[in-house]
Amino acid sequence: MNPSTSRRAFLFKLSLLLNGAVGAVLAVPILGYILGPALKKGSSYNSWVALGAIREFPEGETRLADYRNPVTTPWDGQTGNVACWVRRISGRQFQVFAINCAHLGCPVRWFAQSKLFLCPCHGGAYYADGSRASGPPPRGLFEYKHKISEGKLMISTGEMPTLATEACVQNPLIQIQSTPERTTRPS
Amino acid sequence: MTKLKQRSIEIYNWIERRLGLAKPIVEAAEHPKPAGSASWWYVFGSAAAVLLGLQVVTGVLLALVYVPSASEAWNSLQFLNHNVTLGWLLRAIHGWGSNFMIAIVLIHMAQVFLFGAYKFPRELTWIVGVLLLLLTLGMAFTGQVLRFDQDAYWGLGIGASIMSRVPFIGALLVHALLGGPIIAGATLSRFFTLHVFVIPGILLISAGLHVWMVLRLGINEWPMPGRLVRKTTYEREYHDLVRKDGMPFVPDAVWKDAIFAAAILLAVIACAFFFGPFGPTGQPDPTVIQTAPKPDFAFLWIYAVLAFLPPSLETPFLLIAPVVLIGALLLLPLAAGEGEKHWSRRPVAVLMVALIAVTLGVFTRLGTYTPWSPIMDAWSSDPVPTEYLHGRAPLERQGALVLQEKQCRDCHSLGGLGGLRGPALDSIATRMTEDQITRQVLQGGGNMPSYGNALNPSETTALVHFLLTLRGPGLTPAVDASRGLTRGK
Repeated sequence: MNPSTSRRAFLFKLSLLLNGAVGAVLAVPILGYILGPALKKGSSYNSWVALGAIREFPEGETRLADYRNPVTTPWDGQTGNVACWVRRISGRQFQVFAINCAHLGCPVRWFAQSKLFLCPCHGGAYYADGSRASGPPPRGLFEYKHKISEGKLMISTGEMPTLATEACVQNPLIQIQSTPERTTRPS
Repeated sequence: MTKLKQRSIEIYNWIERRLGLAKPIVEAAEHPKPAGSASWWYVFGSAAAVLLGLQVVTGVLLALVYVPSASEAWNSLQFLNHNVTLGWLLRAIHGWGSNFMIAIVLIHMAQVFLFGAYKFPRELTWIVGVLLLLLTLGMAFTGQVLRFDQDAYWGLGIGASIMSRVPFIGALLVHALLGGPIIAGATLSRFFTLHVFVIPGILLISAGLHVWMVLRLGINEWPMPGRLVRKTTYEREYHDLVRKDGMPFVPDAVWKDAIFAAAILLAVIACAFFFGPFGPTGQPDPTVIQTAPKPDFAFLWIYAVLAFLPPSLETPFLLIAPVVLIGALLLLPLAAGEGEKHWSRRPVAVLMVALIAVTLGVFTRLGTYTPWSPIMDAWSSDPVPTEYLHGRAPLERQGALVLQEKQCRDCHSLGGLGGLRGPALDSIATRMTEDQITRQVLQGGGNMPSYGNALNPSETTALVHFLLTLRGPGLTPAVDASRGLTRGK
């Protein structure tokens, strides 16, 4: 082969290799930037948020509460607010449910007379304790971890609960019994 | 005058000598077309392209005012609707243009399928076309999100919930979709980028490739029963056909495309003018839960399908069905690239189009009135028909009160009013005995929650006694078939 031809062929391959390497270097910040929010561990979004004094929640009732999500940007506006259902069973026994239906995330509504949560989207229904009653949901309502601190009801929250991102409790009864004593000072 | 003309030709020649685009463009416009294909059936592709152009223009104009910020998007749409001169009309044209574009793309696809145009050598044209359909639907969905209202907010929740069902990487996909932990500013920014930069870019390039292949390979000839496509002979046959019986696209065939495109544009403008823009509905405030979110028209059928899947099948269906569906569309021309083109010799193809059209139509129709959803205020707004209270004992009337107060009407109708989730109760006593009604109310089952915890014994008794009075005129109550036997002995 002509030496100058083989030299050009080598330089061509070298240029491809060089650009491939630069492309790989460039891909790191691009992918990191795009996937940044996705690669962050879900639990790192969570922190304790106060829903209000426990006396605001009458015993035996289920009330709508809302809070500002712990992770927001100044331009989130109203979307940074989140609603949840607070059920005060008795005394210091609470359950805090996500507003999102376990089926497809629509906002469930509480009906005190029939003691049911109903979803407007596809008709999912849940009992007062959040367990699935009927309809398409594959499970009961998502439930937030909660504690009572200085007379205030606090929940651990920060991300939208879905089947994959539930910052939630599997078994509500065990959760209520195992609420750490040190966080529940007498009010 | 002649001097001016002379001057113009000189300028044209100066540019063309450097640009060199006029010649290939004229050649492309004059490409020969089989005379049989100069038909009104062949106008949908160009109409889709014209609508794409309309969407680009109106989209750019809307971007002059729209603010892609979670806190301001809704306000900027209200501003567009009410404060910007003709802003409402531009929004309406963009919204109706989107609906028309989806419809035209689907009709175009059905026509191409029924005319066998996806067969050799136009397989890749079809595959790119399938991509164009998906991109069009992607534009519709992301556009609906930019209308940042209640429906958009909870529609994103549905999207995130579907993503969360993907095994292993569900959480990653949810966060990638939302751009953060919740539906908020980052989510809107992501969908703005998709709707304005990413998808239109891919869409325009793909549409260019699609048209390029149509020009390169020639428009599909009018199919004739018995004229089979063979890879070895098709191209020669097509060229013979065009040479013998062809006509230049411009000007001999283009007028039908042009007239149809004008009619479609006029239809979009008329719909926009008379029906106005879409929304925005309520503000995207997740603490306002008095809402029944619904997707736009093109996605109503998916919304309906999601209501009918049993919980155990839902995740597999959501993950597998789209792959199978899109895979089948993409592989169609590779699997059936040769053979008969005419619809009269392809009964399965015709049946498939009919089946898909009827299925989409039925589910879309269901999606418009959502019979599976409880009507949240029926219990307080729809009274018990007075004739159902006439001549009833006090206990039975008390039962009617229980029926209202316990929100039974949210799912069950009386006299045509109330929810459709459960069966109508007007003639319930002809179908169920007292024992069966009591059991159903207390224990639930068959998609009905149990009311054992929500009713005390006297409420239950009253309710069941009222329900036992509900049977159509002249109909006998349901009886337990075994009762006669046990009593008789």
